[in-house]
Amino acid sequence: MPNIENIIEASGLVKRYGEVVALDGLDLSVREGSIVALLGPNGAGKTTAVSILTTLIEPDEGSATVAGVDVLRDPAEVRKLIGLSGQYAAVDEHLTGFENLDMIGRLYRLGRRRSKTRARELLERFDLTDAADRPVKTYSGGMRRRLDLAGALVAESPVLFLDEPTTGLDLPSRQELWRIIRDLVKRGATLLLTTQYLEEADRLADDVLVIDHGKAIAQGTSDELKDLVGGERLEVKVTDATYLPAAREILSRVAVGELQDDERPRVIVAPVSGGAPVLARVLADLDVTGVQVSDVVLRRPTLDDVFLVLTGNATQVVEEGAKPTSTRGGAA
Amino acid sequence: MNAFHALSDSLVIAKRNLIKIKRVPDILVFVLISPIMFVLLFSYVFGSAIQIPGGSYREFLMAGIFAQTVVFGATFTGAGLADDMQKGIIDRFRSLPMSRAAVVMGRTASDVVYNVISLMIMALTGLLVGWRMRGSVIDAVVGFGLLLLFAYSISWMMALVGLLVPSVEVLNNASFMVIFPITFIANTFVPSDNLPTVLRVFAEWNPISALAHATRTLFGNIPPGTPEPTVWPLQNPIIYSIIWAGIIIGVFAPLAVRRYTKAAKKG
Repeated sequence: MPNIENIIEASGLVKRYGEVVALDGLDLSVREGSIVALLGPNGAGKTTAVSILTTLIEPDEGSATVAGVDVLRDPAEVRKLIGLSGQYAAVDEHLTGFENLDMIGRLYRLGRRRSKTRARELLERFDLTDAADRPVKTYSGGMRRRLDLAGALVAESPVLFLDEPTTGLDLPSRQELWRIIRDLVKRGATLLLTTQYLEEADRLADDVLVIDHGKAIAQGTSDELKDLVGGERLEVKVTDATYLPAAREILSRVAVGELQDDERPRVIVAPVSGGAPVLARVLADLDVTGVQVSDVVLRRPTLDDVFLVLTGNATQVVEEGAKPTSTRGGAA
Repeated sequence: MNAFHALSDSLVIAKRNLIKIKRVPDILVFVLISPIMFVLLFSYVFGSAIQIPGGSYREFLMAGIFAQTVVFGATFTGAGLADDMQKGIIDRFRSLPMSRAAVVMGRTASDVVYNVISLMIMALTGLLVGWRMRGSVIDAVVGFGLLLLFAYSISWMMALVGLLVPSVEVLNNASFMVIFPITFIANTFVPSDNLPTVLRVFAEWNPISALAHATRTLFGNIPPGTPEPTVWPLQNPIIYSIIWAGIIIGVFAPLAVRRYTKAAKKG
C-alpha cells in the first residue's frame, strides 16, 4: 500500500548497465511538500534514480510510486503529475524562450490560450521577459537553465524533479536558481533534487539522502547528518611547516578526539567542544609559543565531513576514480 | 481519445520542426538549391545528349527528377530524428504526458511541408526551362499528391533508420547507398526497356518506376508513340504506387514508433 504521506516512494531499486551497477537496492521516500536532496558524487546513481521515478527508464528490480501511482504499471499517468528539469538543459535552441514554454504547455495539453498565458507568466517570473522572443541559442548558460526549470513548472505539477539544477553554473546564477527553487516549495510543490554540491543540499533541502554506489547510506536533515559526525571543529593553518609540531601540541590540549591532518598543507583540524572560550585559549597559547598562523576557524561540520565519514575515507573515493566531490573543493 | 491526442501532439511537434527550418535558413537553401540544380543539370547535360523520338527528353525527365528528389528528401526526416535523439530536448519529450508517437509523426508531417516547397521550386524551374504539364488540372493535382504520398511513406522508412543510426553522418551515408541505386534502376531518367534483363525486371517492379510513370502520364509527358507497358505495375502505376506507399507506411510507421519508444528508454 502506498503511504499517502509520502508522495514519492521507492523500494529496492536496482538498475544495471552490463557490468556496471548504477542502482543497488535504493530505497527512498519523500514527504509531500518537502524538498529532498539526493546527494552523491558523479556515478552514485542519482540521475538513474530520477530517470526511473520520471518513467524515462525502467528498473531491473524494485518498485516505485509517485503520488500513489505506480511508475512501472502506469507511467503515462505519472507523467501527468510530474515536472522534470534535467541535467542538460532540455530546451530547443532554435525556438525562442516563449515558443519552448508554449510548446511544453501544449504537450501538457493545457490548451492554446492557457499555454501562452502560462509561458508569459513563467518568463516574467524567471526574469526572461526581455529574451522571450529570442532563439534560445543566444541565451547564456544560466538563462538556459532558468528556462529549462521554467519548463518543469509549466503544468504546475505537484511533484518536481530537478536533476543537478545548478551544475556548471557560476555562483550568481546558482544563487539565483536557489532563490527560485526555495520559492517554488513555498507554493506547495514537492521537490526531489539531485546535487553533487553539498552546499546546495545544505541550503535547499529539508531532508538529505546521501547515496553512494547506488545505495542510500544515510538520510536526515542536514543538522541530523552533521550530528552523525560530531560537534565543532577547530582548524588552524600555520604560516610555515616548522610550526606544525608546536601547533599540534597546543591543539591536542583542547581536542576531544584525535587530531586530523588535512589535504590542505599546513592545516590541522581538531574536534573540540566548548565554542569561543576554546578558540580564545588556543589563540592565546599560539601567541605565547610564537606559532605564526595565517588562518584559524571554528566551525560546525559541513556536509563534506559527513560525506567523508559516511563513505569511508577520501582515498577510497579517489581510488575508484569518482569525482572527489567529498573533498572541500566541491562545496567551497 | 488517444488518436486525437496523438494528432494534436504531432502538430505541435511539426510546428516546432518548421520553426527550425525558418530559423536556420541554411537548411532551406539546400532544400531549394538541390532540386533546382537537379532540374538544370539533367535538362541541359542529359537533355541535350539524349533524344527521344517524337518527344522531348526534358519533359520525359521531369517526372523522374520529381520522384528522385522527393525520395531523397526523406533522408531529411531521418537526419532530423537522429539529431533530435542526441539533444537534451528528447528527455523533455519523454517526461511529458504526450503521445509516444508524436515525435515521429510530427517529423514525418513537417517533412511533407518540406516536400511541398521543394516540388514547387522544381516545378517552377522546370516551367522556366520549357517543361509543360499537358494534362488537366486534376491530373496535375493527382500527380503532385501521389509524389507527396509516396515521399511520406519513404519518410517513415527513413524515420526508422534515423532512430537506429548513431549519428546524422552515418545516416546520410547509409541512405545515399540505398536511395541512389533504387532511384536509378528505374525509368526515372531513361526508359527501362533496353536495360539488361535482371535490371529491367527490377526496374519494372520498382515502385519508383511506377511513381515516375504515373506522374509522367498524369502530366502528359509520355512521348507519343511510346509502346504501352507490358507489366502490371506500369499498366496500373497509380494504384501500384499507392499500394506500395500503404505497405511501406503500414510496416515502417509501427516499427519507427516502437523504436522511438524503446530508444527513449535507453537512459
